[in-house]
Amino acid sequence: MTSPLLELKQISVSFEGFLALRDLNLVLNQGDLRAVIGPNGAGKTTFLDVITGKVAPTKGDVIFKEKSLIGQKEFRIARKGIGRKFQSPRIFENLSVQENLALAVSRPKTPLSLLMNSLKVKHLDQIQHLMSIVNLQSKANIRAGALSHGQKQWLEIAMLVGQDPDLLLVDEPVAGLTDEETDLTADLLKSLAGDHTVLVIDHDMEFIRRLDCPVSVLHQGHVLKEGSMSDIQKDPLVIEVYLGKTDEEEQ
Amino acid sequence: MSIFSTKKSWINLTIWVLLIALIIAAPSVLPVFRLNLLGRYLSLAIVALGVDLIWGFTGMLSLGQGIFFALGGYCAAMFLQLNSAGEFPNGIPEFFGLYGVEKLPFFWEPFKSSIFTLLSIWLIPAIIAGLLGYLVFRNRIKGVYFSILTQAALLVFFNFFNGQQKLINGTNGLKTDVTQLFGQMVGSEIMQRWFFWISAVLVILAWFFARWIVRDRFGNILIGIRDDEARVRFTGYNPVIFKTIIFSIAGGLAGISGALYTVQSGIVSPQFMTVPFSIEMVVWVAVGGRGTLLGAILGAVLINYAKSLVSEALPASWMFIQGGLFILVVTALPEGVLGWIRKDGPKKLLFLLGINKKLETYPSLEVNEQGEVKS
Repeated sequence: MTSPLLELKQISVSFEGFLALRDLNLVLNQGDLRAVIGPNGAGKTTFLDVITGKVAPTKGDVIFKEKSLIGQKEFRIARKGIGRKFQSPRIFENLSVQENLALAVSRPKTPLSLLMNSLKVKHLDQIQHLMSIVNLQSKANIRAGALSHGQKQWLEIAMLVGQDPDLLLVDEPVAGLTDEETDLTADLLKSLAGDHTVLVIDHDMEFIRRLDCPVSVLHQGHVLKEGSMSDIQKDPLVIEVYLGKTDEEEQ
Repeated sequence: MSIFSTKKSWINLTIWVLLIALIIAAPSVLPVFRLNLLGRYLSLAIVALGVDLIWGFTGMLSLGQGIFFALGGYCAAMFLQLNSAGEFPNGIPEFFGLYGVEKLPFFWEPFKSSIFTLLSIWLIPAIIAGLLGYLVFRNRIKGVYFSILTQAALLVFFNFFNGQQKLINGTNGLKTDVTQLFGQMVGSEIMQRWFFWISAVLVILAWFFARWIVRDRFGNILIGIRDDEARVRFTGYNPVIFKTIIFSIAGGLAGISGALYTVQSGIVSPQFMTVPFSIEMVVWVAVGGRGTLLGAILGAVLINYAKSLVSEALPASWMFIQGGLFILVVTALPEGVLGWIRKDGPKKLLFLLGINKKLETYPSLEVNEQGEVKS
């Protein structure tokens, strides 16, 4: 058996005594698509902060490609192959769509290389390809700040993919999107899994169901339950803390 | 987008033509006194370019550029003092005698070399800016804390230089206008004409250099750092390195600017490191237009020229005018004069004043008198 891509071992994070995460364990294998759900304050975003190096865990270890990430700087973790999409779209609003993507695909990411070399042809092609995936070709030279909310979300996802990461961490990609956009996003993420390992955090149950993948339920900083969406929905504990009663039961 | 950029380049071209015409015409039109002033203000445009790089593009408001400006000035002045110290007792600059110093302090020694001096004018400020910047940026100090810190550093340098009579003549500063260079007095008319030309050429070179830095992805990362530093980090770039480099470049530009300003004003003193002067540098850029480079040059030259004209006519009123100008820019023209022109400001002003009539509908649906829609 090959070793997992990402492994979280007994992670605890304490903010001045408040335990945001406690003894969290999670394993992701190469090519997995995994959804993480949980009520507000369950520690979903903190959990991404730990992986990307924004927050140092009080206890435990994060193993990525068999190496510990603890104590590494954010940009080094990003260069090792972990891309992150934030909850609200975070793109460079004053740059054009194309410029945003150019920064994502550029390699190496050193000042000298950015100053001296022009973008390689293969990277230009990659930018065109990324824009075609998220339907932004016609907006290539538009200031990213002028895009609609959904387009910003997609641009950020495209930027993530442009970094060519092994692991994509996607935080609430469908917040504020229309139903149609939500479906497209779900299909996009599904198509990315396989080549990449994708971890999605979201609240939207329809969206998670459409992803059709294993789900981990986070509650009070702990993994409450892992399994398929249908297993999760039947679990009495999960229903109690999170899902609430189904429509039939209410009737 | 394409319309926008061609219009932008037209505006830039016009301003450049005017600026270069002014520079070429000035030596034959202006009396030496005015020419010398213009030369000084052109040299100040170089420090303003640096402020635009770190503030306009990267979003770091430094209130301590006076440090690097003064360092460049001191480097130039030390060389000039040594260069003409031959006839003084002990062969060292005259002021040392006042404090009973008989031996040249060690750090003066390398300034006997003209090559060392030419390098040190920009390298010493750049290295100090780089070191200071690295420590600050590594600890993720930004925003208003960064501004306060740079201002505190400025005060530290100011007080230190003020107190060192035996090393650099303290508060009196180092005079350069009576020193010798190439057998000429630095303050003489012919030398001042030369310094004007050197300033003019260096402003243009500095602009090309700054333009080259921000032109492509490096500049986009700077803008990215200004707008969302965390995103830059998670995209795999190390913002600390980029900020250190750009702060160091701005320091080097400030040094060149300070050296040119010193030889044209005839003295360098700790007065270059006062708090208001460093704030003025920011005002030039704010008024000219942040993040436009050309706006920084325009702001520095025009505001300072206005300052000297107004101060001659109505002494003591300049501070009010400068304050008013700053308030006007902050409230009405947040992108500065150049940003305002580029964004159709003049046209909008004409509408406001009722000189141009506004279209009633979308431009493509302009209606004629009979109420029919013209295509």
